[in-house]
Amino acid sequence: MNLKSLPRTLAVPAALLLALCAPAHAQTEVQWWHSMGGALGEWVNDLAKDFNASQKDYKIVPAFKGTYDESMAASIAAFRAGNAPHIVQVFEVGTATMMYSKGAIVPVAKVMADGGQKFDPKAYVPAVAGYYTAPNGQMLSFPFNSSTTVFHYNKDAFKAAGLNPDAPPKTWPEVALAAAKLKAAGHACPFTTSWVSWTQLESFSAWHNTEFATKGNGFNGLDTRLAVNTPLHLRHIENLANMATQKLFVYKGRGNAADATFVSGECAMMTGSSGLYGSVKRNAKFAAGISTLPYYPDVPGAPQNTVIGGASLWVMSGRKPAEYKGVAAFFAYLSRPEVAAQSHQRTGYLPVTLAAYELTEQAGFYAQNPGTDVAVTQMIRKTTDKSRGIRLGNFAQIRTVVDEEMEQVWSGKKSPKEALDAAIKRSNELLERFQKATKS
Amino acid sequence: MVEHRPALNLLSHVVLILGVLIVAFPVYLTFVASTQSAQDIATARPVSLLPGSHMLETYKLALLGGNTSTGSLIPAAAPMLWVSLVSALIIAIGKIAISLLSAFAIVYFRFPLRGLVFWSIFITLMLPVEVRISPTYAVVSNLGMLNTYAGLTVPLIASATATFVFRQFFLTVPDELVEAARIDGAGPLRFFKDVLLPLSATSIAALFVIQFIYGWNQYLWPLLVTTSEDKYPIVMGIKRLIVGEAFVDWNVVMATALLAMLPPALVVVLMQKWFVKGLVDTEK
Amino acid sequence: MAAEKRVVFRSAWLPWVLVAPQLAIVAVFFFWPAAQALVQSLLQEDAFGTSTDFVGLENFERLFADESYLASFQTTAIFSVLVAGSGLSLALLLAVMADRVVRGAALYKTLLIWPYAVAPAVAAILWLFMFATPMGVVSYALRALGLEWNHLLDSRHAMALIVMAAVWKQISYNFLFFLAGLQAIPKSLIEAAAIDGARPWRRFWTIVFPLLSPTTFFLLVINVVYAFFDTFAIVDAATQGGPGKDTSILVYKVYYDGFKALDMGGSAAQSVVLMVVVVALTVIQFRFVERKVNY
Repeated sequence: MNLKSLPRTLAVPAALLLALCAPAHAQTEVQWWHSMGGALGEWVNDLAKDFNASQKDYKIVPAFKGTYDESMAASIAAFRAGNAPHIVQVFEVGTATMMYSKGAIVPVAKVMADGGQKFDPKAYVPAVAGYYTAPNGQMLSFPFNSSTTVFHYNKDAFKAAGLNPDAPPKTWPEVALAAAKLKAAGHACPFTTSWVSWTQLESFSAWHNTEFATKGNGFNGLDTRLAVNTPLHLRHIENLANMATQKLFVYKGRGNAADATFVSGECAMMTGSSGLYGSVKRNAKFAAGISTLPYYPDVPGAPQNTVIGGASLWVMSGRKPAEYKGVAAFFAYLSRPEVAAQSHQRTGYLPVTLAAYELTEQAGFYAQNPGTDVAVTQMIRKTTDKSRGIRLGNFAQIRTVVDEEMEQVWSGKKSPKEALDAAIKRSNELLERFQKATKS
Repeated sequence: MVEHRPALNLLSHVVLILGVLIVAFPVYLTFVASTQSAQDIATARPVSLLPGSHMLETYKLALLGGNTSTGSLIPAAAPMLWVSLVSALIIAIGKIAISLLSAFAIVYFRFPLRGLVFWSIFITLMLPVEVRISPTYAVVSNLGMLNTYAGLTVPLIASATATFVFRQFFLTVPDELVEAARIDGAGPLRFFKDVLLPLSATSIAALFVIQFIYGWNQYLWPLLVTTSEDKYPIVMGIKRLIVGEAFVDWNVVMATALLAMLPPALVVVLMQKWFVKGLVDTEK
Repeated sequence: MAAEKRVVFRSAWLPWVLVAPQLAIVAVFFFWPAAQALVQSLLQEDAFGTSTDFVGLENFERLFADESYLASFQTTAIFSVLVAGSGLSLALLLAVMADRVVRGAALYKTLLIWPYAVAPAVAAILWLFMFATPMGVVSYALRALGLEWNHLLDSRHAMALIVMAAVWKQISYNFLFFLAGLQAIPKSLIEAAAIDGARPWRRFWTIVFPLLSPTTFFLLVINVVYAFFDTFAIVDAATQGGPGKDTSILVYKVYYDGFKALDMGGSAAQSVVLMVVVVALTVIQFRFVERKVNY
């Protein structure tokens, strides 16, 4: 072989060899920790899969990390060890904790700007995005799965009790009347609720354009304190307590424990998450309806809008710029109208962008699935300073405090006034402690 | 039993049967629930006590993963069972190995600071891992052991239960055996290998059962230390099925729970004889 | 140490080599993190540890000023007594019966030791499944019998639920130990007493039970420690400490504050208190067991 031609004869096989050994394209991995189990876990995995397939630069790697509390604890432990994931799904009550952590997170608006992605905060549904936006308008976390409080009811049970199944109660007095009729017809559980604090105090307040906590529900200052001892709140808890005594309202547990009782037909009416829709449609053996959250008609400004539940995606600090570009690209992908609309229709969560809402409406989804637009219409409104959302530190603990105190009311151990006062006192201690720990 | 007392015999059987019913009832219910369909359970008031007809498909779903009729994706349990098995074995064997050596040293040697060594090891019984979990996570992360079998198992080996049991047992071994070994010219390691180990067989068996179950049933530590789903152990897998706001496929949950119960139950049942003998020996 | 061997080996280096693996693991994975956990009890920080304040004993002061924390001592005491008491008595009854029968003994034993293999987290799910409405079989049966079972609002029912779930798991463990203990009692003693005319009931209380006392005591402490430390998963799944705070046992509060409330300082301070309690229990056990056991 001629030495001079050696390089050329080796060039082609060498190039082939390189092509086989080298990775197709150096992909930047982005870690995403979430708490979506079951069917929702599949949704998360599909989103990651589709995004990864749509481009070659970044790879989103989702990992289920337990319940919302557990994954938050895991993220914190990881952060303290210098090893945080890029994206964490944090529940709405963890917003203040994430927001006030000095330097632990990177605001989404900054991530999008740095990543060169077009980002228009006004494209997002105001009542949804507002919860996760700083007072100065900067969006801090990416709204991902948001639900809101709605009123589920059993149409068949209504018919059997002589109530009109297509005219659900819109006000609390009407709910009480309907419950009485259901009880008279032999129903053991006319009305129940899940997420006591969220449905009966937080969303209740926003729905009536009243503050749940001072300083604009905590948006305007760390020195926020609970404000649920107004006559309106007291009246409502007293009504519920009376209903409980008359066995019109049956308490079915903390969190979403009550959901199963509605789906199985045990309870006829329930205030709870709009996200239950999918479950009900698939498994309930009765005709079910969704309506808006009940309100008191004599309160000016009611109904205003409800407060969201669910979680958002936060970006942790301490990773490389190239990886943040991947995060930005992923968020841009999630905001695409078709993607957001698909997510909304698949899961029952609220649409994240206005475009997604319009797309869904145009496709006739709401017409074909009556009741799915109730949640959305409760939220697509201009919010006020009192109804934009809630931002409290130690919020998860505050909800537990409310659960505990309200349980004393339902079991008759405390009067509504005592329980509300105790809840406020204990919650304010928690808020003070958060304020102190954060200011330092 | 000394005399023939038929009434007492009958009573004994009755009590035992009742006991078995009460103790085994939850397990029976788990089995029954795993043979029904998810919708049946969701709408049941209450769940039927008779087995349903969905056993094969539910177990196949639980073990191998797949889509349920309601559209949820169930991750396969088989890989998670494997992770649990490997972790449990590493923990059990690792713990027994190092504890045998430590207990031997503590009992059979006199060396300076022996008391201190003894108590430093024993103090590990007084602060369970859940309580020191966050700093332990930091240590594991700094050592680069996250999401590895090492990370899953080594920190759980750091407690003194096995050392305690071996210490108790070694103290019951007659001194004459040591003297005899000495006279034969055997050094400490020969004594350990040829005399002590065979004698400890039942204690080792008992501890193997206890540590295997301990390692198999871990939830909180693996939750923190794993970052990719291929390292999830089975208890995490079960919790994952019931977490979240969506519909819970109870039949798959129950089937997975039953699958998760089988290996440790097998270990207990198969090693029962040695287990009991091991306990008797350590108490004497 | 109380017990000593007369005959030992002599070597300057071998014992150190033998204890080295365990000491290394214990140092790295116990002492270092434990020390850090204890230091955290003196700090007040935000969840991420980005703003840390040394506050001395303030976390402890806050604990003992909180009446719900003091109340949880009582709740824990009641819970532990119930769990240990019923766990031991039921297991002893079953063990005595199992020791008596000849036919089917192996089968009974096998069927009774299953719960030991069940993870606490899973046991909690199973018990919730039995008691939760609407699907719960047991709550349905209780209501059919006329008992208005409501563990969501009735503290006694809630306590009963977690006690049952906790005891269920421990019965097998206790049963095995008791059975082993019973089988270690020489039959000749019992026969001698029978020949003297003592009936089974008398024989049990005058001979068997005293001879079983080391086992009983050992199990008593183990069960109490179990009730103190290993039951938070059960409380978390079944009642979350409710209704109100009526089933909030000490270790559940440690878990809740560390993992849900993300209050590291408070959780660490409670761990210190719990550690002191368990150290006391362990010291007692060492004294007692060492005294009663003959090597």
